[in-house]
Amino acid sequence: MLFTSYSFIVFIAVLFVLYYIIPKKYQWILLLVASYFFYGLMSIKYLGYILVTTVTTFYAGRQLKRQNLYQKDYLKEHKADMSREDKKAFKEQIKKDKKIYFLACILVNFGILAFTKYTNFVIYNVNHISEMFGNDIVLSFWNIALPMGISFYTFKSMSYLIDIHRDKSQGANSLFKFALFVSFFPQIIQGPISRFEHLSKTLYGPHTFDYDRVAFGLQRILWGFFKKLVIADRLLIAVNTLKNSPEQYSGGFVLVLMLMYSFELYADFTGGIDIAIGIGQVFGVTIEENFNRPYFAKNITDFWRRWHITMGAWFRDYVFYPLSVSKRMLKLSKWARKNFGDAIGRRLPVYISTLIVWFTTGIWHGASWNFIAWGLANGIVIIISLELKPYYKWFHSKFNVADKRVFHAFQIIRTVLLVSSIRLFDVYKNVPLTFKMLGSMFTAQNYSSLFNGSLLELGLAMYDYVIVFGGLGVLLIVSLIQRKSNVRLQLASKPVHIRHAAFLMLILSLLVFGAYGAGYDASQFIYNQF
Amino acid sequence: MNDLIEILEELHADVDFKNCVTLIDHNILDSFDIITLVADINSEFDVTIPAEEIIPENFNSAKALYALVERLME
Repeated sequence: MLFTSYSFIVFIAVLFVLYYIIPKKYQWILLLVASYFFYGLMSIKYLGYILVTTVTTFYAGRQLKRQNLYQKDYLKEHKADMSREDKKAFKEQIKKDKKIYFLACILVNFGILAFTKYTNFVIYNVNHISEMFGNDIVLSFWNIALPMGISFYTFKSMSYLIDIHRDKSQGANSLFKFALFVSFFPQIIQGPISRFEHLSKTLYGPHTFDYDRVAFGLQRILWGFFKKLVIADRLLIAVNTLKNSPEQYSGGFVLVLMLMYSFELYADFTGGIDIAIGIGQVFGVTIEENFNRPYFAKNITDFWRRWHITMGAWFRDYVFYPLSVSKRMLKLSKWARKNFGDAIGRRLPVYISTLIVWFTTGIWHGASWNFIAWGLANGIVIIISLELKPYYKWFHSKFNVADKRVFHAFQIIRTVLLVSSIRLFDVYKNVPLTFKMLGSMFTAQNYSSLFNGSLLELGLAMYDYVIVFGGLGVLLIVSLIQRKSNVRLQLASKPVHIRHAAFLMLILSLLVFGAYGAGYDASQFIYNQF
Repeated sequence: MNDLIEILEELHADVDFKNCVTLIDHNILDSFDIITLVADINSEFDVTIPAEEIIPENFNSAKALYALVERLME
């Protein structure tokens, strides 16, 4: 059941009515039943996977919580009669005991993720290497069901476990409540990757019907549909034409594809997140924001602070920091400082961790060399931008442009072009082809053909381009307003007829301009496949 | 405290670390600065800051960071 299907709208409508008529103490149970129904409808097989993750994580988490409490109580009770060494030894013992449950749970769950997602990728590479050495043995691919959203719910569950392990969270007090956290249907397929401490504040209710909140939620859902159906799904048609015929569409067309894909992905992904957050709001559940106007970022690091925020925070908190401040890394840093000087010693942990994190981020997105190349390219560009920092400083000390609007615009355009060009790894079918097409942007002499009507042969008519540009214009205006205030709060302060007119216009634009109709199926959200 | 301020000033000479209390909230220190800082503190004070202590409250000001270092030294 896709967000963009009619059955999903019926599902939400029925759930909405039931949610506000049943006794409030049962609301979260209804959400749990609805979430399992939603997920089970996609494939009954998926339920087994999510159940294993839920049960193992909950019980491992509970065990860790018990150990945390035992440690606190014991230390409190024996405060007077324990030396510093005794306390240290006691803490070490508890740490060891916790490690067994923690590692077992991590291994089981990341093991499931790795098995379902990467087995065939490993087989593909083994076959490739074997072929290179002239070996005829070819392993056949396994028929493994990849549960939808597994990367998202596994990451959510593991953050729950790690936070309890770190004693930063008390966790859920019942298996069923935890099951709802893992399976909460608006965010199971493409996030955001919520943290338990945040989502649990509102997930379990009780929630009374609040007209303003529900209206805000519905507006957010409509806004998400507008982005997805009016902009993303329309751009998708041209993106597919361009990427599927690379021989025909090189040079200037690669630039067009790069920009079209960037805006398609933005409208698609943020649209899906808008729908998720809006649904949450309708049911009184506050879901974290996942974007902060990313295409206004001034550099790539800033971009990654604004794009897919919950994923970035997950990798930062659970991979980047633990890796870069680990004893081994600090030892390596010390060794490098001693042997190669402070400059290299300081950079080493940061750069190694950056590359590992971006490799992992890449492979998290998909089991292919394209995503690995995409991830590593991001990491390398971030490292280069760190190395260029002193030169930027020098430049700004010589030229007083840092506060000029033109310079800000330059920074924004530069960042959009940079992240969009890196994204081409995610578009073409393999890495060598991506490099070839990127190169053709600088060597091909076909830029003039962009203006001879070729763009009207990509599956989009002039009418579609007008709608896409109009839609992107609306997105730009909304983003500009968001810099200073909340658009929906501003709208709410307007007279009732203006509010209703805006609401109606959004619905009408969806009905009239949405990319659907006879023979057309609203496409899956791009991030569903991750 | 002065040693810590020196380490911080090596990272960003133009920041008033004695008074600033929004080093993280205002993105003055990014994650790369934090890692460099943790490694520097490890060298200078022989203290290892664990990953779970890398939270805005501990890094928003030099004072908070120094309090963390002192706590970990105990």
